[in-house]
Amino acid sequence: MNAGRNLAAAAPLIRIRALSRAYRRGTQTIPVLQGVDLDVQRAEFIALMGPSGSGKSTLLNLIAGIDKPDGGRIEIAGVDIAQLGEGELADWRAAHVGFIFQFYNLLPVLSAAENVELPLLLAPLTRRERHEHVASALAMVRLTDRADHYPNELSGGQQQRVAIARALVTDPQLIVADEPTGDLDRVTGAEILALLGDLHRRLGKTIVMVTHDPKAAACAERLVHLEKGVLVDGPAAGGH
Amino acid sequence: MRAVPLSYVARNLRVRRVTAALTALGMALVVYVFATVLMMSEGIRVTLVATGQPDNVVVLRKGAGAEINSVISREQAAIVASLPGIATDALGRRLASSEPVALNNLPKRGSGKPSNVTVRGTSEIGLELRPQVRLTSGRMFRVGTSEIVAGRSIAEGFAGVGLGETLRFAGREWTVVGVLDGGGSGFDSEIWGDAEQMMQAFRRRAFSTIVFRLADESGFERMRALIDADPRLGVEAKPEIRFYAEQSEALATFISILGTVLSVIFSIGAIVGAMITMFAAVAQRVAEIGTLRAIGFRRGAVLVAFLAEALLLSLAGGVVGLAAASLMQVVSVSTTNFQTFSELAFRFTMTPSIAAQTLAFALLMGLAGGFIPAWRAARLSIVDCLRQA
Amino acid sequence: MLLLRLLLKNCLRHRLRSLLTLVGLVVAISAFGLLRTLVDAWYAGVEASASTRLVTRNAISLTFTLPLSYAERIRGVAGVSGLSWANWFGGVYITERNFFPQFAVDPESYLALYPEYGLADDQKQAFLRDRQGAIVGRKLADKFGWKVGDQIPLRGTIYPGTWTFPLRGIYDGAEPSTDEQQMFFHWKYLRESARKRAGPGSSDTVGVFIVGIDDASEAAAISQRIDALFRNSLAETLTETEKAFQLSFVSMSEAILVAIEAVSLIIIVIIMAVMANTMAMTARERLAEYATLRVLGFTPAFVSRLLIAESLLIAIAGGLAGVAATFPLAALVGRATGTLFAVFQVSHLTVGLQLLAALVIGGVASAWPAWRISRLDIVSGLRQVA
Repeated sequence: MNAGRNLAAAAPLIRIRALSRAYRRGTQTIPVLQGVDLDVQRAEFIALMGPSGSGKSTLLNLIAGIDKPDGGRIEIAGVDIAQLGEGELADWRAAHVGFIFQFYNLLPVLSAAENVELPLLLAPLTRRERHEHVASALAMVRLTDRADHYPNELSGGQQQRVAIARALVTDPQLIVADEPTGDLDRVTGAEILALLGDLHRRLGKTIVMVTHDPKAAACAERLVHLEKGVLVDGPAAGGH
Repeated sequence: MRAVPLSYVARNLRVRRVTAALTALGMALVVYVFATVLMMSEGIRVTLVATGQPDNVVVLRKGAGAEINSVISREQAAIVASLPGIATDALGRRLASSEPVALNNLPKRGSGKPSNVTVRGTSEIGLELRPQVRLTSGRMFRVGTSEIVAGRSIAEGFAGVGLGETLRFAGREWTVVGVLDGGGSGFDSEIWGDAEQMMQAFRRRAFSTIVFRLADESGFERMRALIDADPRLGVEAKPEIRFYAEQSEALATFISILGTVLSVIFSIGAIVGAMITMFAAVAQRVAEIGTLRAIGFRRGAVLVAFLAEALLLSLAGGVVGLAAASLMQVVSVSTTNFQTFSELAFRFTMTPSIAAQTLAFALLMGLAGGFIPAWRAARLSIVDCLRQA
Repeated sequence: MLLLRLLLKNCLRHRLRSLLTLVGLVVAISAFGLLRTLVDAWYAGVEASASTRLVTRNAISLTFTLPLSYAERIRGVAGVSGLSWANWFGGVYITERNFFPQFAVDPESYLALYPEYGLADDQKQAFLRDRQGAIVGRKLADKFGWKVGDQIPLRGTIYPGTWTFPLRGIYDGAEPSTDEQQMFFHWKYLRESARKRAGPGSSDTVGVFIVGIDDASEAAAISQRIDALFRNSLAETLTETEKAFQLSFVSMSEAILVAIEAVSLIIIVIIMAVMANTMAMTARERLAEYATLRVLGFTPAFVSRLLIAESLLIAIAGGLAGVAATFPLAALVGRATGTLFAVFQVSHLTVGLQLLAALVIGGVASAWPAWRISRLDIVSGLRQVA
């Protein structure tokens, strides 16, 4: 029993092997990822860095299950998501991933609380339970008093906090963030990063973040550099 | 004032292909209805105008209005036929034809639904009076027999009226020995036979109408004065062209009023469509508008550019609709003229004037739909535009 | 609940666009309803006809008459329970525009065959007593402001001269479909006057015989019996049910009716194009949002349904408003066309078809954009941000 648990804990949450992805533009094929191998441990916070066009966003999208690889495996908690069908993948995302976008991607017609509630509609929960989850997620990002505000009534930082609440309201193991501070000023960006660090430390969330900002990358435990579609060894980040 | 180049306008439409196509489609359909209705009224008018000859005169009983309501006794017919001023033919015969006209209820080919067909008793003189009528197949009926000839649309559209077929009405069998081409006139929708035979069969003692040719085309007024002055007659004379024009008035008016009202109502739908498209075009290109203005184009130029886009869109719809409508020219329609209560065949007729009216109508829709959005685009302040960029 | 709110709010997002689309829908749906009502009005005479009445006319066409002497022989046919006759008068009241049908009838037997023309007893007696008298339908009397006792002058087209009839009664239709725009007067008066004018030689002729029967299922057999009676006589007859008789008038204008029906479908297609445009624009603008929903785990089908539901919601709103607008419009048109149509009423079927049309418009308009967004690639959808 005990050994089994240890073994499970030791196995990486994300196991990527020989991952490749190419885009076709007309007759031309442009390789974006070429045989990427990567392990991400449970409760690890890693930052993907690299120049634009290096394939870091593509890698993130593949990990989040919103894009399909041309070759290779992406095992997440033992499931090769590259093999899942469209519908299964959608269910998988609803249950296992929280996504944070550069431009927040909140629905403008819904209030902060409603935006956070949205992914819960896919879970078998009662209305009461949903509202409890929404309240605690909003409390975690310290936006309880803004629950009834609409996105256009919130600042950029506040909108991103709503988006973070939306990402964690379903309590996923994995949170992926694509340039979460890219559209924010330095101070607000720092707040968002602190919040992510908090989620990682206090809730033990596994976080994969794409960024080109060294300050942001510094919050992560590990840095992974991509260049022209392949991983290059970078210096270990000094988060701790 | 510098204008925004037209190529910019046209390119914008091309970029938003689906939206532009759907909007133009809506307009094309409205234009199609509009043009078709005009073509229908015109077709009826052309048909009945072609039926009349400029120097022919039709005589009916006073107040009868239509040939089938009219009764003219043999005595009256003799008086009219002997009036001075009636033309004579090469053989010296007076060109006046007294004719019985009856409606005969016949089943249509295919559907079997009955409709009234005009049956006219006439003579050699009657044929001479209508030079537009030609025999296309078979031969003319012989005097004193139960032979008939059928107008082209009747021969095609009604059961038992084809060449060589026999038709039973008024207690007799009638043989169709020929098919007439009335040259697009109302005679295409009639059956002709020998006047005396028809009167016997229909048990009529009186004619319905007298048609005669004036020796002198300008002599109509004098002739009418003569007819009106004779107390024995109680008939009225009309130039044939005017008589047939009046026959079609109610049907043509009904169609054009119904059609115009419908077109106007329908155009609201298309105008709304154009407005939606143009508002979206403005909203999508706020930054571009700002840029154009910042470069130095004036408000007026922006207004014109967006109006031009709407007009181009409506012109495209107009041309498509007009093209579809002009295809209708091959279609021949047959319906009951409710003034004469008899079948009338006609074609959709396109004229340059209809084409011009139709395109003007299309452009008007574009203008109505495009003006408010274009106005709004022109009213935007440069700073607001660029801030949204 | 949340989804419903999302739906409603999405509808209201571009108020102007939704409003314009709604206006288009209301125009289209009410125009569709009006055109259908127009076609129905054409068929009103058919609807109002009874299955226990036959009409016997001259086989050549209606413009030919039948001798009155046929009456006794028709009465003797097995299955015939009542008989009356009528002549089309074709008079003009002041101008041709005021068209309404006038019939010279044998009053007592005619009213017996048409119990749906409700006439007060005293008016009925007055009408029967006065050989010059006439009765008219309520709508006709209202239209021209006639009261009992008024003199109604008609200019004859078939029967020359000016005829004046004192109005003795106004009948009310028992059914909404009963024609209240007709005029009836004594056939005997027409015959006597015509004799005076045309001389004593003219014989007694009638336009049509109305034959009452008890058993509607016997209609075909009785018709055949009547026609057999006069085969090869001077005036052969054609007997058909009142419904077929009325239908033969309608079918004469069939080309026009077909055109009107075609046009009523065109307006639906027009608004379909307009609405498809609206939905395509909406879908395009919201690509990023739909992609976000997909990222959250919503399926492609769900996202498509969201768009279809929005389209249907707008279409139904427009459809309901269009139906609501149809009734006052139909009343207006009915008044404007005056005596042209006996009945101008929006039927339940029309309302049903209007709502169905709205649903079809909403469904078809959103089909293509919905299909597009269901095939949307999430990554490229997200790229549409800002």
